Amino acid sequence: MSEAEQQGEEGVGIVKKFMFVNRKAPYGTIYALEGLEVVLISAAFDQDVSLAFIDDGVYQLLKGQQTKGIEAKNFSPAYRALEGYDIEKLYVERDALDARGLAEEDLLVDVQVMSSGELAELMAAQDVVIGF
Amino acid sequence: MLHIVNKSPYERNALEACLRLARPGSALLLIEDGVYAATRGSVCEASLKEAMTQLKVYALAPDLEARGVAARVMEGIQLVDYGGFVELACEQPNCQSWL
Repeated sequence: MSEAEQQGEEGVGIVKKFMFVNRKAPYGTIYALEGLEVVLISAAFDQDVSLAFIDDGVYQLLKGQQTKGIEAKNFSPAYRALEGYDIEKLYVERDALDARGLAEEDLLVDVQVMSSGELAELMAAQDVVIGF
Repeated sequence: MLHIVNKSPYERNALEACLRLARPGSALLLIEDGVYAATRGSVCEASLKEAMTQLKVYALAPDLEARGVAARVMEGIQLVDYGGFVELACEQPNCQSWL
């Protein structure tokens, strides 16, 4: 048995491609915050993690969120901390930005803006896709 | 009638249904994720603009600020705080929440 197989049996050292697909606006529902928590947990397992932001999910990354007036936690700064957890692959669907009158400069982190076709290709290449 | 919409126009058709059934002279208040409909340059802008010729449209400022869109509000939409929300509810004979 090879070393890789032995590691595999013990569940150690396997790196899978995980993509978290964010489709919900922040604050209106708990999905965005819960998704972010799971992403941060996943960072502890040394996996190949990427995040996709489509539909209303792009609103999670909007600059200038000030939540004092609704007495909710502003979790948007946490997206800037993802880099520190080696989560650097953030993908945003161009059509989602366009439909909402938003541009890449309106987002608080560096992202790769791409077409639906390009994003579909990345999704198809994942081992695990988890939606929020 | 005060119509209250709290859903994103991209995720649900609550706003669309509201605009279809709201009678001229009514008031529309956008709250929570509904405030995204109040922003400029979106695909919803035209339908809301048209509705504003018949309805008075308001948006809840704390919800706009939380979402980082307070500076993107379309012209003609009046911002209210929680006190303004209460006043709107009191001024109108009845209200309807489009959940």
